[in-house]
Amino acid sequence: MSLLQVKDLEVSFKLRTGELHAIRGISFDLNKGERIGIVGESGAGKSVAAFSILNLISQPGYISGGSISYKDHTLSTMSDAELATIRGNQIAMIFQDPMMTLNPVLTIGTQMIETLQAHQKMDKKTAEKEALHRLKQVHIPSPEKRLKQYPHELSGGMKQRVIIAIALLNNPDIIIADEPTTALDVTIQAEIMELLLELCKNNGVSLILITHDLGVVAQTTEKVIVMYAGKIIEQGSTRDIIDNPNHPYTQGLIKALPQKAAPGEMLNQIPGNMPQLDAIPTGCAFNPRCEHTTELCIKTEPELIAKDNRAVSCNLYSERLKHDK
Amino acid sequence: MTNKTKLLEIKNLHRHFPIKKGFLEQITLENGKVTRKVEKVHAINGVDLTINKGDALCVVGESGCGKSTVARVVMNLISPTEGEIIYDGTRIDNLKSKTLLPFRKRMQMIFQNPYASLNPRMTILDTLMEPIKFHYPKKTEQERRTILDDTMESVGIDPSWVVRYPHEFSGGQRQRISIARALSTDPEFIVADEPISALDVSIQAQVLNLLMKAREERQLTFLFITHDLSVVEQFGSHVAVMYLGTICEYTTTKSLFDKPLHPYTQALISAIPKLEEDNRPHVKLHGEVPTPVNLPTGCVFHTRCPFANDRCKTETPAKQEAEPGHFVACHAVDEDRI
Repeated sequence: MSLLQVKDLEVSFKLRTGELHAIRGISFDLNKGERIGIVGESGAGKSVAAFSILNLISQPGYISGGSISYKDHTLSTMSDAELATIRGNQIAMIFQDPMMTLNPVLTIGTQMIETLQAHQKMDKKTAEKEALHRLKQVHIPSPEKRLKQYPHELSGGMKQRVIIAIALLNNPDIIIADEPTTALDVTIQAEIMELLLELCKNNGVSLILITHDLGVVAQTTEKVIVMYAGKIIEQGSTRDIIDNPNHPYTQGLIKALPQKAAPGEMLNQIPGNMPQLDAIPTGCAFNPRCEHTTELCIKTEPELIAKDNRAVSCNLYSERLKHDK
Repeated sequence: MTNKTKLLEIKNLHRHFPIKKGFLEQITLENGKVTRKVEKVHAINGVDLTINKGDALCVVGESGCGKSTVARVVMNLISPTEGEIIYDGTRIDNLKSKTLLPFRKRMQMIFQNPYASLNPRMTILDTLMEPIKFHYPKKTEQERRTILDDTMESVGIDPSWVVRYPHEFSGGQRQRISIARALSTDPEFIVADEPISALDVSIQAQVLNLLMKAREERQLTFLFITHDLSVVEQFGSHVAVMYLGTICEYTTTKSLFDKPLHPYTQALISAIPKLEEDNRPHVKLHGEVPTPVNLPTGCVFHTRCPFANDRCKTETPAKQEAEPGHFVACHAVDEDRI
């Protein structure tokens, strides 16, 4: 059985003007030691999906349907007190902005010891030793000194290393990383991603990586989920999808990358924008931007159809499958 | 293009920012003498660059390397501490704002963040009309409106939307409007400071295409500031790689990607996450960019360079022409160690 199971998840936001459906039914499984990337543009719902796993969606958002189960717990119906034993313990999270994640008025040491003592019976000395050990694992120079320092004394890359060390403190099963390197420079990004990958592999940790950068996904994950307007439109193994994308949106995203065009040539662009959540088109949500749109796409919403470890939600694809049969 | 004319020349540019501190904090006792010391951020330390008409020069580097400061000094938004900016034969960095006006019309800037560069309390019409009114005082209202409508159309935004406020547009649309603002005075030179970094992947491609189209149709010259080397390969004709306020490599885009010489450039190129399976040796950099307050001695890059030796620690490398048109400032390249 898989470690984490997300089934038909729906997340909605209650607003005065009505309800917005940010996630409109997504399902995926995460096995032990597996690394999954969730890609999409802003507004696709990828961060909301990640946050809802630990039920971190705040008012007026709520999980309006489906379930999330981890081992034999159902996370989506747990109380906050029960969830607190899992958050930061079995499932840890790394956020986008390292400057905002750490508490500015506590030293790195205090924050690390606090995390340890929240989940394990541990005296301060042992906790400090453990914290030091983790800081060494993320290759921070002079870790003894860092324990006594405040977050503002560290650079962005260093802070993100500390955050990774904190995420690893309680030997989690799963790490959810929400755009962990977006705020960092390319050279630092390369170092941090390499570190995260190495630590996940060595400790058998499963990773859910949320990002908009297909290059990062290609280098880090085994499986990938592509989201558009709150739904999964394509999912499968990373190599497969990048080499041979089936959904027109995935194809467009990959073709739009500067590295895919000949130098000096125009890029292949996808026209238009992601639709607003209150104005999702009928039929396939991608139809106004898709070059292959047919009458069927405007009328019928495609279903996610799985075949050979690949699932695609596109009318054209399902027609082609029918045809092949 | 055979006959190349210089449009912009940056000569030995320096820009330092003093760190504001109280008077008492600046005073120290040295050898029995009271001395006053003002610490400075050394943002630019001796940059020489030339942009020919029709070229697109990209300046790349990590945050804090001074690339945006170069853009701002060129646009005369801040004045240089030392050095000269020569635009089309005239030195412009010391001009008074009135004599600078004709140049302002010819050079325009596009900023990084379209959420911050448009005034939220002005309609798009007011924002875009301002430069047109200012630079075409003799034109009638009708003529101005025609200019505005034409530029709006050229960036792919319906001119009837101008009565709206910036918050009613998406990030990509806002950046298009910023581009329209820059194009409305019919400039010949555009400074673009990370114009696509704040946008989504599919929108990045749209905006980059728009800039390339504008460049071709209007024969624009560009100074393009970015941290993303894959964009450079697409857009630039020339590249300058910057590190801690100095240029470490300058050449045409093609020769930079074919044969990067400086170890920093090599590291930057290998750090781009590739879609393909990546088996190339990754040039790793250790540590982080040192503070520009106390610059490292010798080559500023030696603290992170895998090839650094004693000479690098003491002697600043001079810019040398390794191959025709390919300039690099590195002792290791000079000594044939890499």
